[in-house]
Amino acid sequence: MNKTVNQKAWFLVLPVLLLVAFSAVIPLMTVVNYSVQDTFGQNKFFWAGLEWFRDMLQSQRMWDALGRQVLFSAIILAIEVPLGIFVALNMPKKGFWASVCLVLMSLPLLIPWNVVGTIWQIFGRVDIGLLGYTLTKLGIAYNYTQDSFAAWVTVIAMDVWHWTSLVALLAYAGLQSIPNAYYQAAKIDQASRWNVFRFIELPKMMGVLMIAILLRFMDSFMIYTEPFVVTGGGPGNATTFLSIDLVKMALGQFDLGPAAAFSLMYFLVILLISWVFYTVMTNIDKRDGL
Amino acid sequence: MTDSTIAFKPSAKAQARGFKINGAAVVMAVYILFLMLPIYWLVNMSLKSNTEILGEFSLWPRDLTFANYATILTDPSWYMGYVNSLIYVVMNMAISLTVALPAAYAFSRYSFMGDKHLFFWLLTNRMAPPAVFALPFFQLYSSIGLFDTHIAVALAHCLFNVPLAVWILEGFMRGVPKEIDETAYIDGYSFGRFFIQIFMPLIASGIGVAAFFCFMFSWVELLLSRTLTAVAAKSIASTMTRTVSASGMDWGVLAAAGVLTILPGALVIYFVRNYIAKGFALGRV
Repeated sequence: MNKTVNQKAWFLVLPVLLLVAFSAVIPLMTVVNYSVQDTFGQNKFFWAGLEWFRDMLQSQRMWDALGRQVLFSAIILAIEVPLGIFVALNMPKKGFWASVCLVLMSLPLLIPWNVVGTIWQIFGRVDIGLLGYTLTKLGIAYNYTQDSFAAWVTVIAMDVWHWTSLVALLAYAGLQSIPNAYYQAAKIDQASRWNVFRFIELPKMMGVLMIAILLRFMDSFMIYTEPFVVTGGGPGNATTFLSIDLVKMALGQFDLGPAAAFSLMYFLVILLISWVFYTVMTNIDKRDGL
Repeated sequence: MTDSTIAFKPSAKAQARGFKINGAAVVMAVYILFLMLPIYWLVNMSLKSNTEILGEFSLWPRDLTFANYATILTDPSWYMGYVNSLIYVVMNMAISLTVALPAAYAFSRYSFMGDKHLFFWLLTNRMAPPAVFALPFFQLYSSIGLFDTHIAVALAHCLFNVPLAVWILEGFMRGVPKEIDETAYIDGYSFGRFFIQIFMPLIASGIGVAAFFCFMFSWVELLLSRTLTAVAAKSIASTMTRTVSASGMDWGVLAAAGVLTILPGALVIYFVRNYIAKGFALGRV
């Protein structure tokens, strides 16, 4: 749609601008402020320059957390995106069962994140949980509070349980928008099922899939509540992801300077990757003529 | 092209097709089972007494009890958590939609200086990790005397809900032809009257979806609501985490509290079920 140039539109945007400035810019400036100062308590601050940033860049602890975070995001994207597409392809197209599937699949998305943690905590425990109990009975050593591998499996299974539906719903929405004529043309050409997917469904889903990947990347990179409730970052530091580490540092130990420097770098990494996704996404929108 | 031109012969292919539908049903059944099993277990736990939970392992409650729910619904420190959560969620929904509607209209209809940058900047706030903002928010709201109030949490959640609402509404508004606006202006409607009387009914489903998403993300968030409240406005999420650490593990009550937090979500899902997919695609399908 071609838009009219109208500078007065700024007035319509103004309320959003003021609100977001209040709830984002002011806190962010506080963080910037802390990141370049040091304190000995009693609210006395002095200039520390880039010292905290240098410290954090050399801190093994941050690199470890970052490594775990990247690994986690990569694993869940690698599982959830293909699985979500697969589920979407198998969903009923319309009618009663489509509604049932939509409602049941959305259910995990609306459960408060700490309750998601609680659910998996209860589900996975070896003494009272269905999963833990069954696995133990089958003779598989599984205890997510002591074994870091089991903790990782639990956290990943939880995230797949929680968020695969999001990818599936998006892919489903993309599939629904494909006109029937495309499939008829494919039938005339006697295209195989794989070719239909590869040359019709996948390109048509690309736009929404990018949104799905963007959302899943952002949210998995910021994940805090669910692993915090289930494992508390443990055993040891095995599931201490960036946000958990950051909250420990800022609200637990009140190491304001390092935590602030950490925050800014954390935010920048997310911003950079999201910007790449966003650019790709708007280009796809343009190509589709939206 | 008529359907008859491409009608394929029945027999083998129809059989294959019948088989495929069954396959799809099996896949969906397995997936839904995977989704429901942990939730079932939570419900199962909530209907057992603690001695039964820790005593013997059973797939369903042998000794059905509603005592856990009774505990929550009669103890103010529990049920006020739900009330507090609902208050700030509704406040947040109202604030987010009020400011997002005109902004989304501006983004969908006009181009103005810096619009693209502004739009991306708004989105960056959706990308900001709440963990980064927890401490600054705490200090900001403490310094202006809003700590432990509902409005503080509502405003804090605007950080990610306003950009999301703008994004969703903009997607829905793009689908409304511009000629409608122009006709209304020619007919002598003022902007305000046009927007409320004509435009808002047209994107009613979009507003519903945006409201649903504001509800959802405000309802599920824990970190900020826990950091910004202590007693008076304590949310159900933090009530749950604190009670767990204080009184040991009262699994039955914890599970019942969890089940009760799922209910509001399940209710609102039912109303927007036909728009959920479009909403998750941020109005872009």
